[in-house]
Amino acid sequence: MKRPEKPEVREEDYKHPVDMEEELSLFDHPKTVKSVLYTFFTCVGLLLSIDLFFHKHAIFPWEEYFGFYSVFGFVACVILVLVAKYILRPLVMRKEDYYDT
Amino acid sequence: MTPNALPPFVILILGAALVPFLKGRVKNVWMLLLPVASFVNLLAIPEGSHWGFEFLGYDLVLGRVDRLSLVFAYIFHLIAFISILYGLHVEDDVQNVAGLVYAGGALGAVFAGDLFTLFVFWEILTICATFLILARRTRAALGAGARYFLVHVAGGLCLLAGIIMQVTQTGSAEFGFIGLHGTASLLIFIGFGVNCAWPFLHTWLTDSYPEATITGTIYLSAFTTKVAVYALARAFPGTEALIWIGTAMAAFPIFYAVIENDLRRVLSYSLINQVGFMVVGIGIGTALSINGAVAHAFNDILFKGLLFMTMGAVLFRTGKINATDLGGLYKSMPWTCTFCIVGAASISAFPLFSGFVSKSMVMEAAAHGDMRFVWFVLLFASAGVFHHAGIKIPFFAFFSHDSGLRCKEAPRHMVLAMGIAAVACVFIGSFPQYLYRLLPYATDYQPYSFSHVISQTQLLFFSALAFTLLLLSGIYPAEIRSANIDADWIYRKGSRAFYRLAAWAFDGLNSWADALFVRRIPSLLARFFLDPAGNVQKYGLRMAAEWTGRNKGFPEEEVEAVRRSQVDGYPIGGGVLLAALFLAIMSFLFFF
Repeated sequence: MKRPEKPEVREEDYKHPVDMEEELSLFDHPKTVKSVLYTFFTCVGLLLSIDLFFHKHAIFPWEEYFGFYSVFGFVACVILVLVAKYILRPLVMRKEDYYDT
Repeated sequence: MTPNALPPFVILILGAALVPFLKGRVKNVWMLLLPVASFVNLLAIPEGSHWGFEFLGYDLVLGRVDRLSLVFAYIFHLIAFISILYGLHVEDDVQNVAGLVYAGGALGAVFAGDLFTLFVFWEILTICATFLILARRTRAALGAGARYFLVHVAGGLCLLAGIIMQVTQTGSAEFGFIGLHGTASLLIFIGFGVNCAWPFLHTWLTDSYPEATITGTIYLSAFTTKVAVYALARAFPGTEALIWIGTAMAAFPIFYAVIENDLRRVLSYSLINQVGFMVVGIGIGTALSINGAVAHAFNDILFKGLLFMTMGAVLFRTGKINATDLGGLYKSMPWTCTFCIVGAASISAFPLFSGFVSKSMVMEAAAHGDMRFVWFVLLFASAGVFHHAGIKIPFFAFFSHDSGLRCKEAPRHMVLAMGIAAVACVFIGSFPQYLYRLLPYATDYQPYSFSHVISQTQLLFFSALAFTLLLLSGIYPAEIRSANIDADWIYRKGSRAFYRLAAWAFDGLNSWADALFVRRIPSLLARFFLDPAGNVQKYGLRMAAEWTGRNKGFPEEEVEAVRRSQVDGYPIGGGVLLAALFLAIMSFLFFF
């Protein structure tokens, strides 16, 4: 059986020309992006540490484990992306004009 | 008793008839007034059964007004108003009329007290939706619209067959609780399921919504699936199959949404994912879960409409909708960007946003029923929906790499429409008691417990952390221009395979018949009848030679016979000879 043709990753799809003369705005500065990221990481750390001081009221017993929701949210999304990228995409991705030809 | 008001659908549908004759500002005002007038009319209708009449011996009811139908009617009015406001720039009356009739049809369906009325409005929905898709007038839209229509007509026929069987069996056309038992109810169940975008029946949605017009998609996302949710809540609450169907709906689309490039298609997948939560809620069938399903339908209409509006505004201004073409638009479209983030926070169920107060009802109902697997899948879907709809949509459209696109902010009426939806999302999220008062069952549900707020925030922030780390490490899948195969492959490629098979079979038969009856037999006969008498003698001599075993035949006699017949060396013509032969054969056949 012939292997279906896969679309290629093209550079022009994710790199676009930008007018360099234009004034840089908020999120163009690497500094801003960095500080946003650090604020975010701090929030994440604080949220996790709340579990140390606070006992949740829950229906299922595992909801009361330390960091259950945090770990679940993180692991779920990593699994989601890995499955989508390495299992689903090779199975279902075709060229854009797949149905036109 | 007939209330001093019109049936709820009348104002929108009749009002739409006048739209093509109006122009400019008058038309805009008229269109905006219609849902307002319709809403005022609705408020004048008391609960109960109204506008009943007899038709062919069955009792039909145009206005069965109870708490379940009312809550859907309220949100349909609100989203109709918002959609009309959002689409004020549209001069194409096909879209304007189709949108209004579509909203009217949805109202007619939720107030239908009998199955026949329901079916009529059900089909009105299909027709209007098809027009909203076709009105984009691109090649892709024409194809998607035709497929949409075929799938829904098939689903509608399934529903009609079920309705006819049901009515014959029970003798009543009343549309109430049906429950899953027997063929009739199964057909109705599947008929509803097609409109509800169940797995494998869902592809009309992800196929056509991204191809519809910018404003049409807002109507589409609001009405068809939610009317189906209403119908399921009315006829099949507590059906266990719905729990599993809903769980599958909540889970599988998020994988597709991660790798999809067209952002409106990402939203279409997340629409199925959200409807999955509602279907699970209906399947559990407790007061809490039905309330949750209805509340989530209410909220989903608003935040999904809002997200489709923001992506529509991006498409309207830039002409592009693929994640690969977009990025950095927060500079050009700050308002649209803000509203998109509000919609994203709402669909992800952040505390203080609308999704939080309704999704948790379904989750909690599943937990109370000790449905562990379902609960885990729904939690996974909650994390996943934040990942693809909550982060991916705003991030790739408005931030990410700078696409170099510089455009104007969305037109004023669009910003206003998005603003109303965004305010409604935050309002419901902050003051959920106003929504809870409208729900079918009285509830004192409290979404804002400290545990719940903290655990939901943790879930979402750590999903965001996963996204951030995957993106920074380069593992996050790059957006690629591509088509992703879904279940519609079965009929999009399958129909071609069928076409090719049919072409192969019938073309083969055709060319064989052509070769035999058009070419070979006539040419054979033509050659024979050039000289029939000579040929008969020639073949007679050859047969005689075969019988007698003369290998070389009678070449001289053959030449002589042909020559004689050609120079008319016989006293009688060749035709007479053939006639005599024919008679001889006939008499042989007759006598022996």
